[in-house]
Amino acid sequence: MSLPPLHSPNAAVMEKSAVIGRSLWADARARLFRNKAAVISMYVLAFLVIIAIFGPLLWVHKFDKIYIDRVLNPPSWSDMHPFGNDPQGRDLFVRLLYGLRISLAVGVVATTVSLTIGVLWGATAGYLGGKIDQIMMRIVDILYALPFIFFVIILMVVFGRNIFLIFLAIGAVEWLTMARIVRGQTLSLRKKEYIEAAQAAGLSTFDIITKHIVPNLLGPVVVYVTLTIPAVILQESLLSFLGLGVQEPMTSLGNLISIGAKEMEIAPWLLIFPAAAMMITLFCLNFIGDGLRDAIDPKDR
Amino acid sequence: MLSFSIKRLLVAIPTMLIIIAMAFFLMRAAPGSPFDSERAMSAEIRQLIIEHYGFDKPLFVQFLDYLKGLFILDLGPSLVYKDQSVAEIIGSGFPVSIVLGFSALTLAIFIGVPLGLTAALNHNQTTDYSIMAIAMAGICIPTFVTGPLLSLVVGVYLGWLPTAGLDLGKMTIDTMLLPVITLSLPQIAIISRLVRASAIEVLNSNFVRTARAKGLPEIAVLTRHALRASILPLVSYIGPACAALITGSVVIENVFQLPGIGRNFVTSALQRDYPVVMAVVVLYASLIIILNLIADLLYAVLDPKVTYE
Repeated sequence: MSLPPLHSPNAAVMEKSAVIGRSLWADARARLFRNKAAVISMYVLAFLVIIAIFGPLLWVHKFDKIYIDRVLNPPSWSDMHPFGNDPQGRDLFVRLLYGLRISLAVGVVATTVSLTIGVLWGATAGYLGGKIDQIMMRIVDILYALPFIFFVIILMVVFGRNIFLIFLAIGAVEWLTMARIVRGQTLSLRKKEYIEAAQAAGLSTFDIITKHIVPNLLGPVVVYVTLTIPAVILQESLLSFLGLGVQEPMTSLGNLISIGAKEMEIAPWLLIFPAAAMMITLFCLNFIGDGLRDAIDPKDR
Repeated sequence: MLSFSIKRLLVAIPTMLIIIAMAFFLMRAAPGSPFDSERAMSAEIRQLIIEHYGFDKPLFVQFLDYLKGLFILDLGPSLVYKDQSVAEIIGSGFPVSIVLGFSALTLAIFIGVPLGLTAALNHNQTTDYSIMAIAMAGICIPTFVTGPLLSLVVGVYLGWLPTAGLDLGKMTIDTMLLPVITLSLPQIAIISRLVRASAIEVLNSNFVRTARAKGLPEIAVLTRHALRASILPLVSYIGPACAALITGSVVIENVFQLPGIGRNFVTSALQRDYPVVMAVVVLYASLIIILNLIADLLYAVLDPKVTYE
């Protein structure tokens, strides 16, 4: 079958657009990739993640190897210590990579915890509605009023400095806003025809929530998740800074910064490098989060 | 309005009870006791001390005793500093924390609001972009990074101000300046972003166009019509801002070694000094609840659209 000849570039454009429809998500992706700050941040973050995972394995020094004769040495390439040595003589570069790895891990795991609790809580409250909704959101309101960092500090003191507890404690703190966002969205979703269809088909409430409600919440949830990760990393660093975070010889960015702050007058590099690493990581995550919000949420454009 | 405030205060009671109970039972679940670090003492003396503080009673009875004490504002004795009551410890640290938090809030508002308005008035221009870039930095960089960096630059390299730890226990402009600036930085950033967003919306709204159309000079349009509407979201942010400042002051006091109660909190928690930990939690929680209520009421006063039943 032969197509009629094309007379103008306009016709070509129209034909093309008729063939390739753009879904909402493709649209959002296109908008995201037009955002330069977000794209650069994605590359930088990907690079950081890769060196945080593989760097400590490949680097010449081990993160807990103590060099007694190199205590507080300034940065130099002669012994392959580009970022200098810490008060125990350990290589700061590899410790920084290791700290970055822990901080990123805390960010991802604690956010997953908060995501799971928040989405299920909010979707259940929103979907069931009525009394149950009121009670569930009332609980969220009460928890909102708690000065949570105090409880996290008490938790750390009570149960000792255990990395899994840090994941859990911070995740358990951060789910409240997620629950509110998800509930609001669910309230508007539950009157949709496809939910009615699912109910008519006899699906259980749990299946409706997990299979029909939750997947359709994706947009706002993805945005909020990218903004939760930096918040969680900050929380962990705060704990580490107060001496309540991960335990030696493990380390995190906050832990390194707190050591650096103590030694800054004689060894400023101990503060500057970890602080820079932390800033770059948080910048990237926030730029990606903002970019995603602008791309997915049409309101803010 | 009055009935709304009363209702809110009544709702605050169960919230406070939950907070107190959580802090109380969590602290008591901790292994170790406040008397661990003492020199070795005989079992009889230890028993006497435990009985003196009532630690031999069932936990729930202790909790009720604590609530009873709280009701008559008796915070109990410190378990670690034998010569001081909790009230004295809090009393000596609280002024430092209040001055720190209040100055930081004032500074944040007086810098953040003009910054946000400037950005909004120059929407999508270089000024706007640079202010928002700075604000992004303020949000991304935690205070425990800016604090040490500031004191490294201003204190160590430039030598203008004393660095952390000097003049311990004294509040002077010298020692408070850096902590206040550090604590206010993230709030400046958040406030300027808030004000910018709402000012952009307000400047495009009908009543501003009307004000301009009837020939008001631009400055009168801004101060008399736009400003008031633009800072409304700020009022409802004051509550969360105070909570953030309180949390932040815990860090700042540790960074700059200021003798405020945030610092007391961390050291007391580590030493299992239950009454001090409890007192700080109760104090800060009630502060947050009260400040939130004030912010809500203020909002109703400023925004004629909002009424509280």
